[in-house]
Amino acid sequence: MATDILLIGGSAGSITVLLQVLPAIDTDISFPIVIVLHRKSYPKSELDHLLEISTALPVQEVDDKMELENGKIYLVPADYHLLFEDERSIALDVSEKVNYSRPSIDVTFLSAASIFGDRTVALLLSGGNKDGVEGLVSIVEHQGRVLIQDPVTAEVDYMPQQAMEALPTATILRPEHMADAINQLKHYK
Amino acid sequence: MMELDIIKDDEMDLLLEDVSTIYGYDFTQYSKASLKRRLNRICLIDKLASFAELRYQVVNDPSYLQRFVEEITVNVTEMFRDPYFYKKLREDILPKLGTYPFIRIWVAGCSTGEEAYSIAVLLQEINLYHKSLIYATDINPTVIEKASKGIFPLSKMKQYSENYIHAGGTQDFSSYYVAMYDIAKFHESLSKRILFSTHNLVSDSSFNEFQLILCRNVLIYFDKDLQNKVFRLFDNSLQNLCYLALGDKETLRFSSLESRYRQVKDQKIWQKLN
Ligand SMILES: C[S@@+](CC[C@H](N)C(=O)[O-])C[C@H]1O[C@@H](n2cnc3c(N)ncnc32)[C@H](O)[C@@H]1O
Repeated sequence: MATDILLIGGSAGSITVLLQVLPAIDTDISFPIVIVLHRKSYPKSELDHLLEISTALPVQEVDDKMELENGKIYLVPADYHLLFEDERSIALDVSEKVNYSRPSIDVTFLSAASIFGDRTVALLLSGGNKDGVEGLVSIVEHQGRVLIQDPVTAEVDYMPQQAMEALPTATILRPEHMADAINQLKHYK
Repeated sequence: MMELDIIKDDEMDLLLEDVSTIYGYDFTQYSKASLKRRLNRICLIDKLASFAELRYQVVNDPSYLQRFVEEITVNVTEMFRDPYFYKKLREDILPKLGTYPFIRIWVAGCSTGEEAYSIAVLLQEINLYHKSLIYATDINPTVIEKASKGIFPLSKMKQYSENYIHAGGTQDFSSYYVAMYDIAKFHESLSKRILFSTHNLVSDSSFNEFQLILCRNVLIYFDKDLQNKVFRLFDNSLQNLCYLALGDKETLRFSSLESRYRQVKDQKIWQKLN
């Protein structure tokens, strides 16, 4: 199955994983990557910059109604949920927190599942909250694919652990194997 | 669970057409992704098991409309949200406007009023409040009613006070309100130059000429065509060389009006050129 979108969700302990994985992602991937991380809205985080210098792919924080392009990495801004309006454009939303979080990983994952269906791939990383698990379940229900960080390798294992329990057949990956798995996605057509 | 999927796209369109024809509230150009979540949410909260039930309720019970509008719109807001923005207003934009004999400010989509009160605090501190008037409007009558009371949850004050300090505030923030039980009631001296009223950006017209218009985190709920229509409304309501401020993630970039505005460096604030 072709991949139209790759979503990456993470909370506590996920940034170190991203800094390891992003540099090894090929620049010719055939889909956009959307990253949802729990982070503080103030002071303005240096996260964009940190991720930007870690990879040759263009990284940007999304603006309202931005059009997604293949081969680019999009960061969900602090204090907004990200929804997909259609396959190319996103909409931001400041509605109530979900799982005590805004952005919420579930909100973006659920929205992606309903728009991209079986062409959705999602990766859930380290974290101390169960945000993202319900979204992964929905992606699987839409026949999309789900990757979970091996809880043993996670700085905070609660999130991947919960995901694994909800989805016992999902692919479990150690950080050093994630980039490979992602690069493989472009070969499915 | 929170997320449910009762409503389908075409059903949503039908419902929005109904609401527009029967009640004159036009949501047809709102962002579909967000609306769908709101509609599913209202079904969940009001225990409506199907789309048909929701539609029946909306169409046949006019008294339900206010509740519908209340739940469809997202009213989340805070005081001094994005402190850097308020700092810029305090240190640069408002002092410039201070050279005008009178300052008219429009807070469009003011929700429960936190933004309008924040501006009032700034104006007081830089001694411009006496010659300012803040028009705070929203589509949703329920939030306007709340806003005019100036009562906010006490539990939020810690965060608001931090925002206020980051925005360059130097007073003790608690001097602006009286704490009672779990509420904070802001002093009337702050609201005495704020006019709260309903105004629908989709269907109502310009009602004055302003030196500053704030419309933050409202346009994210509109599609691009509707955004452009609202930008024209703002353009018609803004004096030359005066300012339009948008939310942190919103932009005038895609609008045909962009060429007649100059963006203030590093800010979501645009100055209308002569
Ligand atoms: C998320 S709140 C933003 C509040 C505040 N401006 C802020 O940034 O914190 C969005 C507000 O826009 C209002 N709104 C939505 N559609 C509107 C319309 N057509 N006309 C006027 N206000 C509208 C909603 O009722 C809601 O209170």
